[in-house]
Amino acid sequence: MFGSITPSELEAVRLSLKVAAVSTLASLPIGFALAWLLARKQFPGKTLLDAIVHLPLVLPPVVIGYLLLVLFGRRGPLGQWLEETFGLVLAFRWTGAALACALMGLPLLVRAIRQSLEAIDRRLESAAATLGAGRLWVLASITIPLSLPGIFTGMLLSFARSLGEFGATITFVSNIPGETQTLPLAIYTYTQVPGGDAQAMRLCVLAVLLSLAALMVSEVLVRRANRRILGDAR
Amino acid sequence: MRVEIDVEKGLGDFRLKAAFSCDAAVTALFGRSGCGKSTVLNLVAGLLKPERGRIAVGDRVLFDSTMGTDIAPEKRRIGYVFQDGLLLPHLSVRQNLTFGRFFTPQAERWADFDRIVALLDLAPLLERRPHHLSGGEKQRVAIGRALLASPRLLLMDEPLASLDAGRRGEILYYIERLRDEVGVPILYVSHEIEEVVRLAGHLVLLSEGGVAATGSVNALMSRMELKPVIGRYEGGAVIEALVVEQDLEMGLARLSFPGGELQVPDLNALRGERLRVRVRARDVSLALSRPADASFLNVLSGTVTAIGAGDGASVDVQLDIGGTPLLARITRKSVAGLGIAPGKPVFALIKAVAVDRHSVGYA
Repeated sequence: MFGSITPSELEAVRLSLKVAAVSTLASLPIGFALAWLLARKQFPGKTLLDAIVHLPLVLPPVVIGYLLLVLFGRRGPLGQWLEETFGLVLAFRWTGAALACALMGLPLLVRAIRQSLEAIDRRLESAAATLGAGRLWVLASITIPLSLPGIFTGMLLSFARSLGEFGATITFVSNIPGETQTLPLAIYTYTQVPGGDAQAMRLCVLAVLLSLAALMVSEVLVRRANRRILGDAR
Repeated sequence: MRVEIDVEKGLGDFRLKAAFSCDAAVTALFGRSGCGKSTVLNLVAGLLKPERGRIAVGDRVLFDSTMGTDIAPEKRRIGYVFQDGLLLPHLSVRQNLTFGRFFTPQAERWADFDRIVALLDLAPLLERRPHHLSGGEKQRVAIGRALLASPRLLLMDEPLASLDAGRRGEILYYIERLRDEVGVPILYVSHEIEEVVRLAGHLVLLSEGGVAATGSVNALMSRMELKPVIGRYEGGAVIEALVVEQDLEMGLARLSFPGGELQVPDLNALRGERLRVRVRARDVSLALSRPADASFLNVLSGTVTAIGAGDGASVDVQLDIGGTPLLARITRKSVAGLGIAPGKPVFALIKAVAVDRHSVGYA
C-alpha cells in the first residue's frame, strides 16, 4: 500500500516545511513584541489588543483566509501597496501561505512567550540596570534569555500549527501544486481523487512523523533552556 | 564622599519624606520594617522616582526635581546588594561578576577582578551556577558583582536577612574587609542593631517615613527618647573605646574610654585599635557604693542624668560616666529602694562576659 514517495508528494513536504519555518521565524519578532506589550505594559485598549491577537484561535480559518484575500489580494489595499513598494506579491504564492500560517499561529506564539515573560522576576532586570545595563542590554542579556523556554514552546506551537494549517491557506492562496499546495492541502486533494488513498495515507504518516520530530526538537530545546536558567541537572 | 539625600515619595498609604546627608565609610539606615529604609535605597539607585527632592553623590547630582535632573539607573553607577542577592540565574558566577564591568567607562574602572575575587574568597566558585551556591556564597557573589561595576556608592539592603545566624557572621566579616580595604562608601540598611554596631560609624534613624535622628552610633544609642524609634532590640549604649592592654593569660582585654576603663573578653582586638562596644542596658546594674567582694570586673562611677518613663517592672536609667553616656535597665523597685534620682552619684556594674563578639565593632 505504501510504495515509495513520489516527487510531487516530496514537493508538498518540502513546501510545508518551508512555509512553516518562514511563518514561524517571521512572526517571532512580532509575537515577542506583542507578548512583551501584553505582559509588561498597561495601556488603553489592552484588552482589545489581547482579544484581537486571540481571534485566529476562535474564528473559522476560512474567515481569516478570506479577510487576507480581501486585504492582501493584488487588488486589495495592502496587497497593492506591497506590490508597488516592495514588488512583493502574496496572493496565490507560497509567501501568502506563510502569512496565513503566521497569523493562525500567532495566538499560540504570543501566549507561550507572554507566560514566560510574566514568570521572570523583574527585580533581576532592576539588578542589571544598577550594574549599568541600559534597556536594550537588559532585554538582550536578561529578558530574552530568561524567556527562552516560552520562546521555544511558542515557536513549536506556531510551527506545528503552520504544518497543519488548511482553511486560511486554501482560501487565501488556493491549492497550487508546487506553489501553495502544502501537506494538508495535498492530502485533501488526494482524498478527492479516485485511487488516491495510498498517497493520502503516505502523506498522513509523513505528517505524523514531522509533527513528532518538531515536538521532540522543541522539548529538547526547552529542557536545555530551563536547565540553563534553573541550573537543574535533570 | 558626601551623599546628600532629600526626597519625598508616596507609595499607596505610605509617605516617605526624608532628608539627611552622610560622609562616613558606612552609614546605617536603621529602623523597623516598613519605615521606608528600602524605599530610600531604591530612590538613590533610581529604581523609584521621587516626587520631589534632590539626590547627590559627591559632586554628581543624580536627581533634582527643580532642575529636572533624573539620571537613569544604569548611568548612576551606584552598586546595589539586594536582600536575596538576585544573581542572574542563567549566568555563571564569573559572568555574574563581570556583568557590570563591561558597562563601566574604562577610565572609571577602579575595581580589579583578581583583587575583589581574593577579597571575597570567590575563586572556588567562579565556574559554578547561582543555583548551586549556598545563601552565604550567593551574597558574597552579589557583593563582588556590585563592586566590580566600580560603583561610586554601594547600597546594601539587609544583606544578611536571608541568611542563618552562622552565615551572618561570615558575611559581616567580608563586609568589614571591604569597608576597610576597598574604600567605597556604603549605605547599609538594617533592622539588626548588632550589624549596625559592628559596621557603621554613622546612623540615620528612620521612623514612619521620616528621619527621627542622625548622628554617630554612640551618640544616638544612649539617647533614651529614641528608644521607641529604635524599637524592639535590646537597648543599650554604645561606647567607643581604645584597646590599651591584652591580658593573654586571663583572656581579657582592657579598653579605655573618656570616663573610665572596661575589661572585656579578648576579642582578637590588637592594642591601639579602636572599638565600638555595645553595652546592653539590662547587663548594667547600679550600686550606691563600690562593691568590695563581687565578681563584676567593671565598676564605673558616674551620676544619674535621667530616668525613663515606665509602667512595667523595669525602667531605663541614663548615666553619665565622666562624659560618656551609659544606660542601665533596673527595676522600679530598685529605683525606689536605692533612691535613684537625677544628679545622684552611683556605680555602674558590668559583667565582663556580657560583652561578646556580637556587641563589638571596629571603629
